[in-house]
Amino acid sequence: MVKTGENKSKLSLTILYDRLRWEEKALAEEAQRIGVNVNMVDAKTTPLELVGNGLTKEPFGDVVLERCMSHIRGLYYAAILEKEKVVINSFNVTLVTSNKLLTTLALDKAGVPTPRTAAAFSLESAIEQADRMGYPLVIKPVIGSWGKMVACVRDKREAEALFEIREMIHEPLQQVYYLQEYIQRPPRDLRAIVVGDRILTSIYRYQPEGDWRTNIARGGYAELAKLDKEQEDIILKAAKAVGEGVMGVDAMESDRGLLVHEINGCVEFKGAASVSTVNIPKAIAEYALEKVRR
Amino acid sequence: MKTTCEVCSGAIEVPNDAIKGEIVSCPDCGTEYEVIEVKEGGVSLKPAEEVGEDWGE
Repeated sequence: MVKTGENKSKLSLTILYDRLRWEEKALAEEAQRIGVNVNMVDAKTTPLELVGNGLTKEPFGDVVLERCMSHIRGLYYAAILEKEKVVINSFNVTLVTSNKLLTTLALDKAGVPTPRTAAAFSLESAIEQADRMGYPLVIKPVIGSWGKMVACVRDKREAEALFEIREMIHEPLQQVYYLQEYIQRPPRDLRAIVVGDRILTSIYRYQPEGDWRTNIARGGYAELAKLDKEQEDIILKAAKAVGEGVMGVDAMESDRGLLVHEINGCVEFKGAASVSTVNIPKAIAEYALEKVRR
Repeated sequence: MKTTCEVCSGAIEVPNDAIKGEIVSCPDCGTEYEVIEVKEGGVSLKPAEEVGEDWGE
């Protein structure tokens, strides 16, 4: 299905992966249909020279779609590849979108409505801040996805218990307490897939029975969403706030209007594709190629 | 294409259109494998890398 690039005159697109998902296969197929050379590079087995004679043994194309599931791996690849290639998403976009705290700062700086959020860097100060914000309260790891380790604490006792457990995880990022107000919302959130300055499609993700988190990775299900002009403007402003690229903007319908709470830089779109009439992988591939056609 | 799980010896059915890098899992014990190579109707697998804390969208 996917052949290494043969025809030198054609543009070439590389999909950089560490685990091949439906999305990566769909992107490769659509890029091939567009008629460019496509190759897949396994980030797990491809060393890169930062300083030396030539970036890598693998042929990277004119544009690289960076699709690593490991955020840190993808981030460093983008940093290195950008020496010679156009990488989507770029190092800067990946740096912000892979970190919820940096994303919140970027959103707030751009005036995008986002939930009240705080950071603390020790157990005591996290408890103190949680008390100040009140309960229920949501705590999330600054790097992570699929709702992993996202918890909602209903009172001080639960906060203390959970924060003590995190204290025992001797991993620097776990000592960053990212605390966010709990938003009263319908049993769904909104995911908009944005490419450049365009919303490709938007879906509601309904939380599965018995879970308050809406991640499709946790069993939530998708339904097409129709945004009004105000909501579209908020979504596009959010995408712009973290830099241009391909991303999933996540928001919640609150009594204060739409609040953007997260942006995913290596967006999974199988759920959206199952309900949307838009050919998402094709639009992403075309967007990437457009970057090197100019 | 058929192959055997290293962990529980279960039979793993790998789709014919599987490509390098793709993930398949043993239906019996759930162990995940990554496709290394597909050649002449045969497939070779290796245990898939474990999901990391920084993995996600």
